[in-house]
Amino acid sequence: MNGPQDLGGFHGFGKIPYLNKYEPVFDSYWEGRVFSMSFATFIKYFPVDETRYAAEKIKPNIYLNSSYYERWLLALEILLIENNLVTKKEIIDRENQIKKNKKK
Amino acid sequence: MSEFSEELILKAKAIESLLIEKEIVDEDTLDLIVEEYEKNIGPHIGAKIVVRAWKDNEFKNKLLMEPTKTISEMGLIGFSGEHMVILENTSKIHNIVVCTLCSCYPWAILGLPPKWYKSFQYRSRAVIEPKEVLKEFGITLDDEIEIKVWDSNADIRYLVLPQRPNGTEKLNEIELEKLVTRNSMIGTEILTYNAKK
Repeated sequence: MNGPQDLGGFHGFGKIPYLNKYEPVFDSYWEGRVFSMSFATFIKYFPVDETRYAAEKIKPNIYLNSSYYERWLLALEILLIENNLVTKKEIIDRENQIKKNKKK
Repeated sequence: MSEFSEELILKAKAIESLLIEKEIVDEDTLDLIVEEYEKNIGPHIGAKIVVRAWKDNEFKNKLLMEPTKTISEMGLIGFSGEHMVILENTSKIHNIVVCTLCSCYPWAILGLPPKWYKSFQYRSRAVIEPKEVLKEFGITLDDEIEIKVWDSNADIRYLVLPQRPNGTEKLNEIELEKLVTRNSMIGTEILTYNAKK
């Protein structure tokens, strides 16, 4: 697929960032969580090519403006919905419920 | 790479609670996966393979010929290390590894890739100007040395076998393993050794 993921040879991104020697495996709690949710569902339900294809379905403007684990999360959402494991409505309802509980 | 926005944290929370509620994944497994990659799986595994290859020529030949099998026999293969290829750096050839499409990487023996490896900058540039990229890592190679760039994919994972630094003949295995860095096994570092007095 000729999408934004096909970055080999692109010009203009600039110097390589993050060349310091030390960095944590995950920058934040939610990066670790997104990784483990994806990992656990990938090995159980989705072949690796399907997971990559899901990442490639993220819209170019979003892809190029998101962080690595943000893309994982968006790909996970696509996979869960496409495979009928979770529906979009369930996700939105749950988000609203979490927001509501927070306000209380 | 910025922090997760509030909106994405909310999405992650919602998905997590649905996955647990529907028993698609359980919470303990989620904790365990994070812990494994934070504490147990990392470049120290690759370093063991490199040092053994430095010390044992027969092992090295076998490793180059049948990498996946040889690494499995050491008990070191795991997820994302199913089909390994070993790239030996020599005085004539310097190999570097990239994944232009995303972040394919030998997780089983190097852990999760560093941020620079996943960056758009490295992914886009390593295949067209590897020399310039290496300079940013502090490496200037002689003109005679051929640079080979390997673009990973979901099926093949590469491990660079770095050259053993001079002056390390007397070091034992553990000391040698400490010398072998993650970046040297991706090809963006050349190992050196300064004997302490």
